[in-house]
Amino acid sequence: MMEKMIFGRYIPGNSYVHTLDPRSKLVFVFAFIIIVFLANNAVTYALLLAFTLLVVLLSRIRLYFLINGLKPVILLLVFTFIIHILFTREGDVILDLGFLKIYEEGLKQGIFISIRFLVLVFMTSILTLTTSPISITDGIEVLLNPLKKVKLPVHELALMMSIALRFIPTLMDETDKIMKAQMARGSDLSAGPMKDRIKAVVPLLVPLFVSAFKRAEDLATAMEVRGYRGGEGRTRYRQLKWDWKDSLCLATLVLFAVLLFIYRS
Amino acid sequence: MNEILSFNNVSFSYTPDIKDSRKAVDNVSFSINEGEWIAIVGHNGSGKSTLVKLVCGLLFPQDGEIRVMQNVLTEDNLWETRSSIGMVFQNPDNQFVGATVQDDVAFALENNGVPFEDMVERVHLSLKQVKMDNFLNHEPHHLSGGQKQRVAIAGALAMRPKLLILDESTSMLDPQGREEVLQTVQTLRDEIGLTVLSITHDVEEALLADRILFMNAGKKYAEGTPQEIFALGDKLVEFGLELPFATRMTNLLQSEGVQLVGQHMTEEELVNDLWTSNFNK
Repeated sequence: MMEKMIFGRYIPGNSYVHTLDPRSKLVFVFAFIIIVFLANNAVTYALLLAFTLLVVLLSRIRLYFLINGLKPVILLLVFTFIIHILFTREGDVILDLGFLKIYEEGLKQGIFISIRFLVLVFMTSILTLTTSPISITDGIEVLLNPLKKVKLPVHELALMMSIALRFIPTLMDETDKIMKAQMARGSDLSAGPMKDRIKAVVPLLVPLFVSAFKRAEDLATAMEVRGYRGGEGRTRYRQLKWDWKDSLCLATLVLFAVLLFIYRS
Repeated sequence: MNEILSFNNVSFSYTPDIKDSRKAVDNVSFSINEGEWIAIVGHNGSGKSTLVKLVCGLLFPQDGEIRVMQNVLTEDNLWETRSSIGMVFQNPDNQFVGATVQDDVAFALENNGVPFEDMVERVHLSLKQVKMDNFLNHEPHHLSGGQKQRVAIAGALAMRPKLLILDESTSMLDPQGREEVLQTVQTLRDEIGLTVLSITHDVEEALLADRILFMNAGKKYAEGTPQEIFALGDKLVEFGLELPFATRMTNLLQSEGVQLVGQHMTEEELVNDLWTSNFNK
């Protein structure tokens, strides 16, 4: 199941989208989320869809893979589509089945909302699929830098995030180990009624928490010994480089927004 | 010879307010000169880990003074002192800060404000020194324990430390990983004259040292070359320390009536002695 999930997964590559600076990608996605709401007629929604497909194409991530990985989201999408068709009662009736009338406006709304939803999910997935978590963290840190003025601990937040990301696989391994250890002692995690299964999780979580705290303490000591004393006077090993490609990417987005503005009704 | 580290009558207790409580480190004195390899051995609770915490200023002694590079360690020069000491801890996972190998090696450099260009060069060089230069972008969970410890050594080396402290660094590794790490440390010591302080209860690791400090109940029980220390024999066993395999073998052979002279630290010495033992008759 985990294999197919693509939320938050990173797929290494060297496509145009992969090589972009995380800052430009982040700004792009956030701006795009706002721009999406400019669309309000058939032409603009078609443009949105085409633009998104272009980005998918540029990221060299197979469309099939993307759709397959987003199956649960697409189910939700179909559901909202049906709701719209059933409950919007405006415009001409285009289909009359006696017990059910489908209105023109309902169909239109259903399609529009679905497209809006789809492009948002696609764009954000492309962001996480083409950018390693650590780059996203770097990007966020730099973008939030101005907020240091209002005493937001930007560096600390970014470091916390990167350490959390770094420890996910470690803790996953640990969970697996504890699970096997408990199974070897006869605990059954996969059978029985829900109540029993939830109870069986407790002896799994307690050792995990204990070891996580131990790890945190060790890590803090190691960091201190290696000279960590906050963000003050620290240099960065990961350098972000703003390229002409990044400017091009943002310029395209601006152009696209203008296009939407012209064609929206 | 330059003195790198010295303890002068250092005492430390975790509970200084309670009268007559046992001290974790009790009146310990020793010194390490440049280029030496010192091993501190002792069973659990002998105070050896507390000793390490005192060296890098995680704890401060109640009595006595610690000098690092001939400067007395105080809270004021704590950070400079730390930047001249490299440390490798026990658990390979819990000291890996960066998301990838190169980020982790750069961590101490970032903390000390080393400029970017300089950093890149140092990271590559120190990874080459521990032969991990092909793993620049690997994530920690794709490395073996031995590899992670070598990365930790590289992270320490990047700061060009005067002293490398191994705090039971090999105790969580498989035999192969242990061999890798010890080999790396030996090479470094031969090539760049690194001073090493290793805390261990692995006797084979202790044998690599020039001098061994034997700790028991917070006190320095004995100090000397590996030969001198392991000649204590039964005393060590009494304090919960194992003898090297060759020494145990010698003792067993002697009790079976085989004529063997003296102590043997390594298998090679024992074998040599065994096949020549009848020549002088």
